[in-house]
This record gives sequence, structure tokens and C-alpha cells, in this order.
Amino acid sequence: MDRRASSIISTSTTLAHIEDANMDDNTPNRPRTMPIQSATFSGSVNAEIRRAAATGIYDIRGGGAKRKVPHFDDLLFLGASMSRYPLEGYREKCETSVRLGTRHAKNPIELDIPITIAGMSFGALSGPAKEALGRGATLAGTSTTTGDGGMTEEERGHSQKLIYQYLPSRYGMNPDDLRRCDAIEVVVGQGAKPGGGGMLLGQKISDRVAEMRNLPAGIDQRSACRHPDWTGPDDLEIKILELREITNWEKPIYVKVGGARPYFDTTLAVKAGADVVVVDGMQGGTAATQDVFIEHVGQPTLACIRPAVKALQDLGMHRTVQLVISGGIRTGADVAKALALGADAVSIGSAAMIALGDNDPRWEADYNALGTTAGAYDDWHEGNDPTGITTQDPNLIARFDPIDGGRRLRNYLKVMSLEAQTIARACGKNHVLNLEPEDLCALTIEAAAMAGVPLAGTDWIPGR
Amino acid sequence: MQIFDLEDQGLRALNQTLHDQADDSNQTSWEIINPRGSHAIAVGLDAPIEVKIKGSTGYYCGGMNKQADILVEGSVGPGVAENMMSGTVVIEGDASQYAGATGRGGLLVIKGNASSRCGISMKGINIVVHGNIGHMSAFMAQSGTLVVLGDAGDALGDSLYEAQLFVRGTVKSLGADCVQKEMRAEHIALLQGLLDHAGADARPEDFTRYGSARKLYHFDIDNAGAY
Repeated sequence: MDRRASSIISTSTTLAHIEDANMDDNTPNRPRTMPIQSATFSGSVNAEIRRAAATGIYDIRGGGAKRKVPHFDDLLFLGASMSRYPLEGYREKCETSVRLGTRHAKNPIELDIPITIAGMSFGALSGPAKEALGRGATLAGTSTTTGDGGMTEEERGHSQKLIYQYLPSRYGMNPDDLRRCDAIEVVVGQGAKPGGGGMLLGQKISDRVAEMRNLPAGIDQRSACRHPDWTGPDDLEIKILELREITNWEKPIYVKVGGARPYFDTTLAVKAGADVVVVDGMQGGTAATQDVFIEHVGQPTLACIRPAVKALQDLGMHRTVQLVISGGIRTGADVAKALALGADAVSIGSAAMIALGDNDPRWEADYNALGTTAGAYDDWHEGNDPTGITTQDPNLIARFDPIDGGRRLRNYLKVMSLEAQTIARACGKNHVLNLEPEDLCALTIEAAAMAGVPLAGTDWIPGR
Repeated sequence: MQIFDLEDQGLRALNQTLHDQADDSNQTSWEIINPRGSHAIAVGLDAPIEVKIKGSTGYYCGGMNKQADILVEGSVGPGVAENMMSGTVVIEGDASQYAGATGRGGLLVIKGNASSRCGISMKGINIVVHGNIGHMSAFMAQSGTLVVLGDAGDALGDSLYEAQLFVRGTVKSLGADCVQKEMRAEHIALLQGLLDHAGADARPEDFTRYGSARKLYHFDIDNAGAY
């Protein structure tokens, strides 16, 4: 049907419509339909389709989920008023120290602040970057964590408290390092990719990295998705027994899980004997994995906390088995909110890297040369990081000063702690661990449901 | 000879006692009685001592062993000698899953059969199995040598790196990127040494060598069908 016929049979025909219908495509000033971009086939979606069609491989990147999900920004503290007494800032004490691993270990971890540094591998990170993490964490009175490449002298030597990850790949695993760590973290999964392994591409496999991993230099190295010698929580209980026996029951045993089924995962980790459970939400970073994995598998950090806390409470283990939350922690407010929801501590990875200098606009020209921009760079696996943090290229590594990096991380950790203390005092708490869900409200229905706190201005907790 | 009754004295006391043995200890010979299938027996040892276990054990017997020579007069549960660094672990009977998993050195000898995933992710250990091994053995095996006098199950050497595999009997199937390779003089010599060390009465010439085709060492979309 042509436009003229269509106009004639319309029941709402007007003179203006008839005049419009008389216009042809060459009529001057003829109104045109505004181009509308599809919300489904957006520019970025189409670009990815074209990239996939051209290359035949899915997108691999580092970092955590970039999509917007309910997060700590969707919560607010209520503060003190008529019914709550605040503490005096800069005058009245507000403690931040925490003890992790008090359930079974002879030597629990004592930290000055409830913020730890998450596991990041030597291999993914340069040696000086690992050193800087150790320096910064030690100066701030907290722990840092090894990663998939084993323990390096740089990080052991500069980390007063070092958590040794026990990973499926077991790269570099040995009993001597097991005995000289301060705690052991059995990694079942991580938030960026619950159920996934990893791949360190050949360009980052220097001779040193290769030697630590017992593999030829220059080849892609697969990190397995599950442990080679145990499956399921019943086996894990025996594995934890073995690790305790090897280390004479001295070290706290953490169990780290990705944000998949936090209630059951926490329950089973406790049943298996964990001293500490680490729950990592989908905003938690990774060195590299498929974008589709990062964005479509796992739950937001905010959604993981209350189920994990409930699991501990149902078992009568809350505060006996400590809960560490990670995945998108950026500020002291995030720390305070995680603690208020029931965590004992938090862990940071991406934020620590940014504090060291990752994605700093001072390297914008280099980022542009790599086809990206500061703030968006996430191809750490390719080994070309302009900052020298996530590379094994000696020329790039030389750009990074581990002493300055450590100082920056110390500063950042101190700021986060001060921020968390500020909020805790405003809520009348003399220890940040005394923050509680009652101190919070939510800005959105989704956040209220996930965090189990009332929607602001109401007493409504969706789902309760 | 020091005799330790596991049933009476308990696992913690056993491992602590064995850990306390220094390199120059004159108490170099230990016999553990009444193991009764306990887990984590003689784990994390780090001294040149001999430990004889009179009976069968549970999971992770001899785990992360360094220097010690451990003999099990029975069968063992999953993960025997996992992540072993050095020394020897000899099993008179059979071994369950994951025998020698991620082992980085030393010699593991299983005089009976080994179950699935024997030598999974091995990183330098030598394993000699007098009997058969189960499926998915030497999965992602990185380095070291696995010798099997009997048969191997499905998917032997799947996603293999640089470990060397020798099988005298049949192989039900090879895993991704695992191929039969030529048996050269240096392989005969390597195998003869391991067979002698393991007390195995077999001729190296009767074995077939398997190794990595190295086609999966770098990700290639055209190889995606192999996984």
C-alpha cells in the first residue's frame, strides 16, 4: 500500500496528513523518521558481532563485570540522630583491627584494618608490582595474597602477612612455601568466573614465569577450573586436614568461592573445615577470561553478602568463621557497608591496582596506541601494559617503581580505613565491626531485596 | 626401628613426630601400625627417613613428601604422594584416583593398579605402575615420566604438555593432543633406569611412547573442536 492510499483509509485522517501524503521524497523540508538505534542491537553489540565475525574468537579481557548491577552505591547509612549517639570524630576511638582464622588455627591473622589485598598472580603481574602490593599492605598493617604463579621472593620478602593461594593449577606449589606463609587460601572459584579456569597467554610466559610453573617458555598456560585431587566438599574436608597436618595446624585455612550460590557454598566451606570464607562477587577482577563469562556468570557482590552471612548464622558460626567479601570494593563507604551487612573484612584487587597506577591517564598516549583509553584498558593478558604493572616486558616494568607504588597503596588503604571509621563513628560504633544492617537503608527495590535492608523512607524489605 | 601405633597415638602426633625428625636424626626407620585407612598419613615429611606403613591408608598418604622413603604394605586412597617433591613412595597394593597428582619430583611406584587421573597435572615426578591405570591419566601432565606396565584407560594424556608416557599394554584411547611417538635410544635408557629403580621386571623395548603433539600450545580457533 502506498503512502497516499494509506492516508485516505485512515480513520484519523486530517488535512495535514493529506498534505503530507502528497509530498514525495523530493519535497523540500519533508519531515523524516528520526534514525533510532536498537536497544537490543546497540553500537557496542554490533561492534562485537563484527569483531567476532572477523576474528573467529571470543573476546578475552581482564577485570570484572563492567555492566551496571546493584552495588554498594545503592545503600545509604542512616547515621545517628535522636535515637543513636554518634562518636566524636578525631577524638573518640573507633577500632579497625580484625582477627581472621580463629576457628582452628594456632596462629590467626591479626590485621590493623579490615581491608586485605586479594590474590593476583606473579605472571599476570610483574615482580615489582607484587613487591609494591606487599610493601603497601605491610605499611597499612594488612595482608596480601599470592596468585596462580606461586610465591615470589619479592612478595614474601615485603609482605608481613602473606596468604598463600592453593589453586587448581598448583603452579609453584611446594611444602616449603606452604610453611612460610601466614595463611592458606584454597581457591574454589572467583567472582569474575565462577566455574572457570584461566589462560595466561604465551607472550607473558618469560623464562622466570615458565620455570616457576614447570612449563616451556612462550606457550599458553592453562589454569584448571577445578582441583586435580579433590571434588566436592567431602573431599575438601580431607584436603584441608592434609594441609593442616603438613603445616602443624598453625595456619588459618581460607576457602574462596565465586559468587555463585553463596548460602550453600558458605555452608559447605564451613562444613569442610574452613577458618575463613572468602566470597567474591561478579565485579571482582581477573587477569583474563572470556568477556561472556565475566558479564554473564555469577552474582553481584551485593547479592552475595546476606546469604553468606545467613549461612554462618544458621550454623552458629558467624564471627567464629570469618567472612571476607570482595568484588568491586572501592571506598571506605563500600568497606563499611560490607561490614554492616555482616562481613568481617573485605578484599581488594582492581582498586589496589588502580592505586598502584593502573589505567592512569598519564599514559593516555600509550593507551591510545593500543586502541583504548585510560580507564577502559583491560587487555592485561597481552603483556603490553603501559604502566608496567601487568606485564613481563622489562622495558615496561622499568616504568614502575615498587617503592612509590607501595606508598600509594598504603595511602589509599589508610584513606579507606579513615572513611570507614568516619561512617562507623557517625553511626555510634566504636569498632567498624559493630556496624549492622540496622544502620542501612536502600535506594532501590533491588538493592533492598539483595541487602535485606529497608527501602529508604519505608520499612519494606522486599522478599521478607 | 621406631614403631608408632596410629590407633593409639593419633594422626596429629604421628605427623608432628615425623616432622620433628631432622636431617641428621638417627631415628631413620619408622613403622606405622594400625593405619586403618586413615587420611593424611605421613604428609609433609622433610627428612631422609624410611617409613613403613603396615596396612592400607586413606586419602593423600605421603602428600608433599620430600626426601623420605615411604612404603605402604597395603592399598592407598585418592591422591597418594600428591605434589611429592622428592624421595620415594612405594605402594604394594592398588591406588585410588589422582595418584601422584601435581608431583614435582621423586618416584612413586604402584605395584598394583592405579585408578583414574593417575599423574594428573604432574610436574616432574616419575610414576611407575606395575598394573593398569584408569581413564584421564596424565591429564594436563606438564613434565616427568609415567610408566605403565599394564593397560591405560580412556583419554590418556589429554591436553598433555611435556611429560613422557610409556605404556606396555593397550591404550583404550588417547586424549586431545596426545600422540604415539618414536622410541629412541635415550627413551630406552630412561625407561630402563626407571624400571630398575621401581623393581619392575619388564623390557623397555616392549613399551610404546606417547607425548604431546604440541598443537594446543597456542590457542587457535581452528583447534576448538579438539577440546
